[in-house]
Amino acid sequence: MAKRVNMDYAAGKPVDPRAVEAMLPYMKTSYGNPSSLHVAGQEAKSALDEARIKVAELINAEKADSIIFTSGATESNNLAIKGTANRNKDRGTKIITSSVEHMSVVNPVKFLTTKGFEAVFLPVDKFGSVDLGSLEKELNDKTTLVSIVYANGEIGTIEPIQEISKIVHAKNIFLHVDATVAAGQIPIDVQASGIDLLTISSNDMYGPKGVGALYVKDGVRIEPLLHGGGQEKGIRSGTENIPSIVAFGKAAEIAKQEMQIHFEKLTKLRDKLVEGLLKPLPYTFLNGHPTNRLPDNVSVRYSFIEGESMLLSLEIKGVSVSSGSACASKTLEPSHVLLATGLKHEEAHGSIMFSLGRENSMEDVEYVIGLMPGIVNRLRSMSPLTPKELKE
Amino acid sequence: MYSDKVMEHFKNPQNTGEIPDADGVGTVGNPVCGDLMTMYIKVKDERIVDIKFKTFGCGAAIATSSMTTEMAKGKTLDEALKITRADVASSLGGLPPVKMHCSNLASDALHAAIKDYYKKQEAAAEVKK
Repeated sequence: MAKRVNMDYAAGKPVDPRAVEAMLPYMKTSYGNPSSLHVAGQEAKSALDEARIKVAELINAEKADSIIFTSGATESNNLAIKGTANRNKDRGTKIITSSVEHMSVVNPVKFLTTKGFEAVFLPVDKFGSVDLGSLEKELNDKTTLVSIVYANGEIGTIEPIQEISKIVHAKNIFLHVDATVAAGQIPIDVQASGIDLLTISSNDMYGPKGVGALYVKDGVRIEPLLHGGGQEKGIRSGTENIPSIVAFGKAAEIAKQEMQIHFEKLTKLRDKLVEGLLKPLPYTFLNGHPTNRLPDNVSVRYSFIEGESMLLSLEIKGVSVSSGSACASKTLEPSHVLLATGLKHEEAHGSIMFSLGRENSMEDVEYVIGLMPGIVNRLRSMSPLTPKELKE
Repeated sequence: MYSDKVMEHFKNPQNTGEIPDADGVGTVGNPVCGDLMTMYIKVKDERIVDIKFKTFGCGAAIATSSMTTEMAKGKTLDEALKITRADVASSLGGLPPVKMHCSNLASDALHAAIKDYYKKQEAAAEVKK
């Protein structure tokens, strides 16, 4: 069989076999409803409690009860943003976020502007770090919520959450942090960092898709999106997805235990990949922060060529990646994150993202490093934008 | 996502490069949108005897450029002007809907090159007068 290398783990991760093992009994035999008082129900209830503790421990939540299980990061972001904004509407209607957020933050915020809220998208520097001066300037008496990503899924930059928290809390405003790609990869301590609401995704830490959580700090009140039987402290009604929650709990436990091992290994692979991609080719640049970045993210841009044609060329050689270009997406705009860092449209179009995972090896990295010059040079030789000096 | 025919032309594009002494040159698209193509034609007795392209863009942009040059080569200018975006797409076994407009500009670049040829001919005729 031809060689296959997955470097698009950001799009989807395999479920850790230990997490799969953990969830199976809750589909086959222990299928009770945690709201029932009989034995089967109580069995499910204790599995739910246990998973809640594991997720809470991963982010050092003050108590397990602060974890609300949801259907994933999109729901958690919606719940945090709409729930906090609506609950505090009588206090103010200004929401602040950044220009490098995931669409599941951008779009709820934009939606709220059609319901009488005011929204500010803070600028970032060329590395994608949120501008703290602008944040300070934008906070006023009407501001109730600030929502900032912990680390960026497209360019890997880790945001200065602790500093942001200090600025936000000096004004008695709530801070929501989207830790979808960060949680499980780098240590997060919601108490030490001063975070009021935190979005966590299961699949991003090798748990199943379709499950996630929102940490809601003890005492912070938000309005639910789903009204019903009052599960999850009334914040998220609906019978809990016990098998997936159990597997998510297991994945969180494993992520906490093995974080250091994976962090070190991925960092080594990431640094080798960055070096190997940038060195042999001129007009090649790293997107995002050079050091303050997630261990799994390598986003690179090549001048004069377009991302999707690189993606296809890699696919032919058995390598899966994703592109920052419009041409590989459903919309025709290039990534708003890349544009926010100051890139021109044609520069953003030339970006591709390698997202590493636990199964990647140094051999994979070397294989990709070996492929890129041929791919880039072929496409550059066809491009009308390539300067003459590169053609010889 | 792409048909086998598109992938074939993406992997082995025909007629890439420039014609330094081209009789007509046409450029369409914009790097801002992610697609830019230039077509070069060589004309003899109102017939396209040579054609080459340069393209910045996605897989579909490269494949449609390659296919367009193959379709136009050897045709009279009148015949080549009748090649449409739809003809190019169907010759490639179809394109994904999102690619039909943004990346299927090669026939436009071909028409622009032919118009450029006519313009140059007119200019040359003026000079002779």
